[in-house]
Amino acid sequence: MASRIFGSGIKRREDPRLITGKGKFTGDIMLPHMLHMVVVRSPYAHATIKHIDVTAAAAVEGVVAVYTNADMTLANIPCAWLIPNSNLKLVPHPPLAKEKVRYVGDGVAIVLAESRDIAQDAADLVRVDYEALTAVVNPEEASMDGAPLLHVEAPNNIAFRWIASSGDAGVEKAFAEADVVVKERIVQQRLQPSSMETRAAVAQWDSGNEEMTLWVSSQNPHIARFVVSGVAGLPEHKLRVIAPEVGGGFGAKLPIYPDEVLTVWAARKLDRPVKWVESRSENYTVTTHGRDHIEYVEIAATKEGKVTALRGKVYAGMGGYLSTAAPGIPTIAHGLMYSGVYTIPNLRCESIGVFTTTTPVDAYRGAGRPEATFLVERLMDKLADKLGMDPVVLRRKNLIPPFANGYTVAMGITYDSGNYEGALAKALGIADYDQLRKEQAEARTKGRYIGIGVTTYAELCGFGPSAVAGATGFQGGLWESAIVRVSPVGKVQVLIGASPHGQGEETTFAQIISDELGFPVKDIDVIHGDTSRTPMGWGTYGSRTTAVGGAALVLAARKIKEKARAMAAHLLEAAVEDIDYDDGKFFVKGSPDKFKTIQDATLMATLAWNLPPGMEPGMEASQFYDPPNFTYPFGAHIAVVEIDPDTGKVDLKRYIAVDDCGPQINPVIVKGQVHGGLAQGIGQALCEGAVYDDNGQLLTGAMTDYAIPRADMFPQFEIDHTVTPSPHHPIGVKGIGEAGTIASTPTIYNAVIDALKPFGIESINMPLTAPRVWAAIQEARANHAIGGR
Amino acid sequence: MKVSITVNGKLYVRDIEPRMLLVNFIREELGLTGTNVGCDTSQCGACTVHMDGRAIKSCTCFAVQADGRQVTTIEGMASGDTLHPMQEAFWEKHGLQCGFCTPGMIMATTAYLKDHPNPTEAEIRHALDGNFCRCTGYQNIVAAVKTAAEKVGA
Ligand code: FES
Ligand code: FES
Repeated sequence: MASRIFGSGIKRREDPRLITGKGKFTGDIMLPHMLHMVVVRSPYAHATIKHIDVTAAAAVEGVVAVYTNADMTLANIPCAWLIPNSNLKLVPHPPLAKEKVRYVGDGVAIVLAESRDIAQDAADLVRVDYEALTAVVNPEEASMDGAPLLHVEAPNNIAFRWIASSGDAGVEKAFAEADVVVKERIVQQRLQPSSMETRAAVAQWDSGNEEMTLWVSSQNPHIARFVVSGVAGLPEHKLRVIAPEVGGGFGAKLPIYPDEVLTVWAARKLDRPVKWVESRSENYTVTTHGRDHIEYVEIAATKEGKVTALRGKVYAGMGGYLSTAAPGIPTIAHGLMYSGVYTIPNLRCESIGVFTTTTPVDAYRGAGRPEATFLVERLMDKLADKLGMDPVVLRRKNLIPPFANGYTVAMGITYDSGNYEGALAKALGIADYDQLRKEQAEARTKGRYIGIGVTTYAELCGFGPSAVAGATGFQGGLWESAIVRVSPVGKVQVLIGASPHGQGEETTFAQIISDELGFPVKDIDVIHGDTSRTPMGWGTYGSRTTAVGGAALVLAARKIKEKARAMAAHLLEAAVEDIDYDDGKFFVKGSPDKFKTIQDATLMATLAWNLPPGMEPGMEASQFYDPPNFTYPFGAHIAVVEIDPDTGKVDLKRYIAVDDCGPQINPVIVKGQVHGGLAQGIGQALCEGAVYDDNGQLLTGAMTDYAIPRADMFPQFEIDHTVTPSPHHPIGVKGIGEAGTIASTPTIYNAVIDALKPFGIESINMPLTAPRVWAAIQEARANHAIGGR
Repeated sequence: MKVSITVNGKLYVRDIEPRMLLVNFIREELGLTGTNVGCDTSQCGACTVHMDGRAIKSCTCFAVQADGRQVTTIEGMASGDTLHPMQEAFWEKHGLQCGFCTPGMIMATTAYLKDHPNPTEAEIRHALDGNFCRCTGYQNIVAAVKTAAEKVGA
């Protein structure tokens, strides 16, 4: 048999168009008579709008219209994750601000003009009379009495208060009886997702048929159709949403924003195509940010190092409004993962969502789980230090033992499968951990500061099942769908509901089909991102495209296979039970020379001249798939850093990642996902962070100021894997999009703190830039001189 | 203002506003949308093209500055069906995911290799400082540049 296509690192089929400049992103779409829209945005973080004067702007030659909230009757932009039992305050979020603006960048008017330059010029002439109010950017401070109030509906700016607990009495008792308790205040700084393509939308109204087409840079065109049609008052079947080439999303192209709704509204109102493209500075102030937690966490353990409890209180910044998925992130996607990979019997997470006069916060790669992994791993290292124990030894005392089919943690969720020790042992082997510790000790004697960070993690991903979505207040389903359509001559169209944008499913899904059905990859096209061509799906996020959409695809393929088998049996005049299959061929058991190919079976099923009784013509299968559980990929990461004590610069010397996402369809693509995830997670640890001043002005509002990691920050990542299939997935796969981000931030952080151990430094707020590390060293040295440590 | 700019070997004469950026000339006047815009501060390199053989950021250059010059964009890199070795290498090494940064990456690194035919890994990483990629973590981009250098050098 030829070498198996499943598991082979074939070159991506997306690439030829992208390396030649032929890929079409939303901003590349130009339509005849197209207008350009620019949104006039608030320069204030918090203000009441007294008056808006658009006369000067409207008079500019080439301006077609200027609109404010008063000109439109649009519904509010909804929040879609209404977490239960949390006293969630649904505050109105109009597409354009009405009486009040609540962050710098809040839209107040739109200008439609013949060119973008004209629209921009005119936008500068819209006069808005604001009365400034006090800003508040820190979520903990915003929740205190007397803080400036954003929404009357939400006293103390509290959007929700959510508690998950394994049992409060047990948690209290464990802390009361613990030999050791270690505490930490963690600031999960705000991050700017920074996809290289900003957001964009183009809307075209067909007034004859009353149909709207919206091209939008989105991770989930079907959700966009669902929500935009509702807000804009269009019948859902009259709105076609297309996500063409999408230049990265990382969570920030999951929410539904006012901008695409306004584009659609204006196109209909003016009966002309309308294009809106976000500038980068706009992207930084308007497109959702990630993280923004202030956490108070603590862990309890016996003196032998058995962890008995972990609890935390989180102030999670929401920004000025509740974005689409925002409430679910510091709660469901965070608190339920407090166990990490450990057998911690008592857990409690209290998460308080707080409005602040800042850009709304939503999903960013990992969304909730990086924060959970960080706090668990940070506490484990701090505990190890307190106990005088090697951090690996401490972890091993607490790891959940290997399991193949279900392990229920104290928070009540059931991990699908795991072999945490397996991944850890492999990573330690690659790193040569014992040797590293020796080198570290030796370096310290010479005044060199080397640090080692080790993380063991599991993540909850493959978002589904829908019953959990419902139970947790998510206002949608979490299933996926696929249609496999074989043409008479055996060319395959695969139509999927998910919407990949760089993850490579045009390749990996073709590999799945080829593996299941024997069609060559070149004969298979994977089509996605168009609500009129593809079946419904809930989008690409939460590492769910392959975990959920891939399962739908496999099951659809298997339907095709059974139909082709029945057709082949008919053609071979044999009973179906007597037909064997290998690599695209059906044959009577024992006589592989007499066969019918799947192409033969397809042609005859399509011609339908002579079908077996009861068979429908054609070769097409459709499958909706709602998974029975999430998937739980896991792994172990190790970082080695060296710190220059004179400058505080952190030099990342080695990074080892051993991840387990189950069987790999295309190992080259899997590695690529890990590399990208690592860069973002390491970016959070070392350089990235949104900074607001006290007036709510974003100081990192351009790429000059927001530190995107560059190529020379990283060594060659050393990537390896183990394979533990998911028991509930038809081909065992779990998802790999977020693993690198989730594991790398604590790995780097712990390595840095480990390097600084001789100074007695226990924590530094991220990002661990040279000035911050240097300042911590200076402070430690000063204390040392005074206190005589 | 009237300008005559040769783009990918073809001469274009256009009457344009003096404030028009070269990137907008390429994208909007000529419809060559392979060149992308990722920022407004000349940081990201998504807009990189060649002008008279050197890599420039076309968002930081007025179209009038290109008057009388030769510009090459990503659309001009392959000859017919034959990809440029750098394009081949990006494909072979999985040097792209979403592909938004890729045209700029390919333009920047081909120009770089002309002056530095045999770069070390550290040199390649340093040379990429003016080009951001949010998807790949750069590792496979570095590998692609190395591969292309070897191919071209061989
Ligand atoms: S668009 Fe030119 S450098 Fe970013
Ligand atoms: S491949 Fe997406 S930004 Fe580089």
